[in-house]
Amino acid sequence: MIRLFTRLILRPLGAEPVRSLLTVLSVALGIAVVLAIELASDAAAGSFRSSIETLAGEADYEVTAVGGVDERLYARLATLPLAISVRPRIEDHAVLMETKQTLPLIGVDLVAHALDATVTKQAADAKGELILASASGRKAGDEVTLRVNDHDYRLTVRATVPSETSFAVVDIEVAQHLLNKPGRVDRLLVDADEALEPALRKALPAGITLAPFGARTEENRKMLVGFRSNLIILSYIALVVGAFLIYNTISVSVVRRRTEIGILRALGMTRSTVLAMFLAEAAMFGVAGMLVGVPLGRLMAEGAVGAIGATVQNLYVSSQPGTIALSVVASLKAIVAGFVVTLAAAWAPAREAAAIAPVEAMARGRKDYETGVRQYRDLAIAAGCALLSFLSAQMPPIGRRPLFGYLSAALLVLSAALATPALVHAATRISRKFLGVEGRLASQSLDAALRRTAVLIAALITAVAMLVSVGIMVGSFRETVIQWIDSQLKADIFLRPAVPASAERFPTLSLGIAERVAALPMVEMVDQFRAYPIRFRGLPVTLGSGDANAVRQRGAFKLLEGDPETAYQAMVNSDAAIVSEPFVSKHGVRVGDTIQLPLGEEIRPIRIVGVYTDYSNERGYIILHRARLLRYLPDPAPSNLAVYLKPGAPVVAAQRAIEAALADARVLVLPNQTLRREAIIIFDRTFAITYALELVAVFVAVAGVAGALLALVIDRRRELSLLRFLGAARSQIRQLILYEAGLIGLLAVIGGVILGGVLSLVLVYVINKQSFGWSIQFHAPIAILVSALTIIFTATLLAGLYPARVALALNPIEVIHEE
Amino acid sequence: MVPVLQFVDVKKEYTSDRLAVRAVDGVSLEMAAGEMIALVGRSGCGKSTLLNLAGAMDFPTSGMVQIDGQATSGLDDMGLTRLRREKVGFIFQSFQLLPNLTAAENVELPLLLSGKKNARDQALGRLARVELEGLGHRYPHQLSGGQMQRVAIARALVHGPRLVLADEPIGNLDSTTGANILELLRRIVTEEGASIMMATHSAESTAAADRVVEMRDGRIISPR
Repeated sequence: MIRLFTRLILRPLGAEPVRSLLTVLSVALGIAVVLAIELASDAAAGSFRSSIETLAGEADYEVTAVGGVDERLYARLATLPLAISVRPRIEDHAVLMETKQTLPLIGVDLVAHALDATVTKQAADAKGELILASASGRKAGDEVTLRVNDHDYRLTVRATVPSETSFAVVDIEVAQHLLNKPGRVDRLLVDADEALEPALRKALPAGITLAPFGARTEENRKMLVGFRSNLIILSYIALVVGAFLIYNTISVSVVRRRTEIGILRALGMTRSTVLAMFLAEAAMFGVAGMLVGVPLGRLMAEGAVGAIGATVQNLYVSSQPGTIALSVVASLKAIVAGFVVTLAAAWAPAREAAAIAPVEAMARGRKDYETGVRQYRDLAIAAGCALLSFLSAQMPPIGRRPLFGYLSAALLVLSAALATPALVHAATRISRKFLGVEGRLASQSLDAALRRTAVLIAALITAVAMLVSVGIMVGSFRETVIQWIDSQLKADIFLRPAVPASAERFPTLSLGIAERVAALPMVEMVDQFRAYPIRFRGLPVTLGSGDANAVRQRGAFKLLEGDPETAYQAMVNSDAAIVSEPFVSKHGVRVGDTIQLPLGEEIRPIRIVGVYTDYSNERGYIILHRARLLRYLPDPAPSNLAVYLKPGAPVVAAQRAIEAALADARVLVLPNQTLRREAIIIFDRTFAITYALELVAVFVAVAGVAGALLALVIDRRRELSLLRFLGAARSQIRQLILYEAGLIGLLAVIGGVILGGVLSLVLVYVINKQSFGWSIQFHAPIAILVSALTIIFTATLLAGLYPARVALALNPIEVIHEE
Repeated sequence: MVPVLQFVDVKKEYTSDRLAVRAVDGVSLEMAAGEMIALVGRSGCGKSTLLNLAGAMDFPTSGMVQIDGQATSGLDDMGLTRLRREKVGFIFQSFQLLPNLTAAENVELPLLLSGKKNARDQALGRLARVELEGLGHRYPHQLSGGQMQRVAIARALVHGPRLVLADEPIGNLDSTTGANILELLRRIVTEEGASIMMATHSAESTAAADRVVEMRDGRIISPR
């Protein structure tokens, strides 16, 4: 068997090293991309425990409240007649100005409680000073500047703690001072037996949440499910494209060895041995692909982690990307996926090989076999798949995951693949009428080898369609966001603390800043916005407050549902809120509903009076009128300010005036235009990874075109040589091959645009909507798509250059003689 | 009158498995318009090489090959291609029709490759001349062996070549069909004034020829 495998499979593959290498490369890239995304998203999104959570140490429960926990509750719990231990904590972020690094800033009761044994024993008397992780590169005794919100503080490093993750620890009182949280802490960590939970719960006021420790990490993970699964699905596209190419490679093997198989079958080889041989050929590509793909994936993960980390930070939650660990599980997942796809792709041609009857194979020519594509049957199945895809697209999500959306997209791809032979057949028939002799011969050749060219074109169509559909989705999203920014960012200048913010980190401005800005002569009005990261029904949400009157006056929020006039009026006069679209999609609430919102120590019923569009983060917003929220959460410090200038006031001069007035504070004064630009830059960065994934898939497909054209040239060497006898010039032979490449490229681009257009509808209106809850207006970024498609077409054409060289290197006399 | 084909002390050497092989060794030969020559000899004696040299598919290592007065040695690849397009037609033992093209498409191919107009009309006309009227739409696998060779002959003649080179033209046909094909070739020589050089093993072909040239080890041993 091994000897047979070597002679029949390995030796012929060795005779065509370029084609074999291209197939291995396509499988390797597929495996690499799957692994890279798995590793990178693990490192970027799964690293919550590496920052604040890790530093919390172990505890059984945590007590939290919207707006922070009153420190008197700490005293109350600590004195309960229960066998529990309670530790207060403040958690935020600060910038170590010496290194410009943003690090978690943690306030703990250094005197009374252990952060962990090492930290506290070393620095129990570090009150008023700072303990830094060794990763920050500072040593005990160093003076450092810490920027917290809009202020810089000089602090002395009391001690350093060995740690690979950067963080700064201060005493809880220092933290309260630095963060302007007098009398409040962020969390109480409680060590208590499970049996004491009811008693503990009873001792807490209604608005206070008691949750098992670590629930937050779990919630974050839950929140990221949609993001991660979409990314992972995208990462499999290259592998799917690779599957088409494996199918093509094995089909070519089978077609070429049809007579050999017939003879071997006549000599006594069993069907199962034939099947095993061709599956082994595919498996060999799988193994080779794995050997290259795993290290390549590890390497690619390095590049991907930054991009994914930035997206997680912008849209979801602060987390420092962890180190990329080439885990056995992730590697196995990618390898198994690669293998399954490879073997599944090889199954059909291998089975056909096994079904070859000895007499039939020896009696009938290759042509009969190759043209035996059942176009009409496939076309009928394609129509069925398209219909099923349409029906799937109408189905609701399952557990916030658009599983039917994915199914709908997969069915569309399958439908296109099945319809491709008919498309190629029709297109080559039509093109014959318009092309010169080289083009006619090229299209006739593609049509004659329909079985393999159709698979190849289907692979390229899939890759192009993915690029087009994701391009349209991102383009639509971008356009929608730009329009949204235009309608939302009405103020002339925005102010925020000069420290990095994220989807769940809202640094505050010092008190008095708003008033100082409002007092400037050019300023007409200042709207103070405050945001709190909260938990609602087990999911992270942002609670915000602003001036509903200002919004009403300026029309800053476009309401999707609810009447603006009555909504803003209700917000001013009652506990009413407008909520963002992702919030509605996540929690299934509607205008008119009342939600129970924990605010401080109480739970308040809040009526929803409007739904507005928001694309700034995926967590969802609940917005109350500022004065109403201050009743329950009395911390007046705003997270940012929206400054409206008097009519005609020059923005640049106003910006300078504000900067001068606030020279003592570390604030960013951003004119409207700058903020818009910043938002678009963040947006583009977020989707960079998506494009990278698409490009890999296209690259795999183009490599496949080169490999398959090479196979076609080799199989048609007699025909090409004969043409030379009949008066074809070398340039005509080159043109013929390039025409074939060009036709493949053109058909793939046309098919890809059609499939991509339909797929983009599924992406925009089903998958995106169900995963993230965002309504996106359809917009095709024509210029970008046209340039991308031109590049793909050119790449496909260039992929024909090497096969054309091989064709020209043929010696017609030798070829015709050997025939 | 200029001979249609002229070989002057032509030698052709190949390297096969690192050994120099002289396939044609000092051949001199002239062929007049309308002449039909049968090239005979054992396999490997140099018949096919001589045909390839005659068909401007290859250059001689030394000596001179002239087709209709034009020496092949001075030409580049494009020059050779042009010469083939205008002056030479090929017929092969195994017909060598392109399986994906119909009979008419196969026949018009040389005209299309050289950019000629009205290719289809001429191709159909040629098919009629070889008694295949009405079969132009058929694919090769829908034709009999004799019909396929007729298509190949039509293709070899469609562009009006001065020289037709045939390698075992009836080698794959039964004797009756073979005789018909030979008759057809003979008629072409008479009616169109084209010269035919055919490499053959068959006595029928030899009998049909005006002249028989026997080769051995790359040399002409008996111009009969």
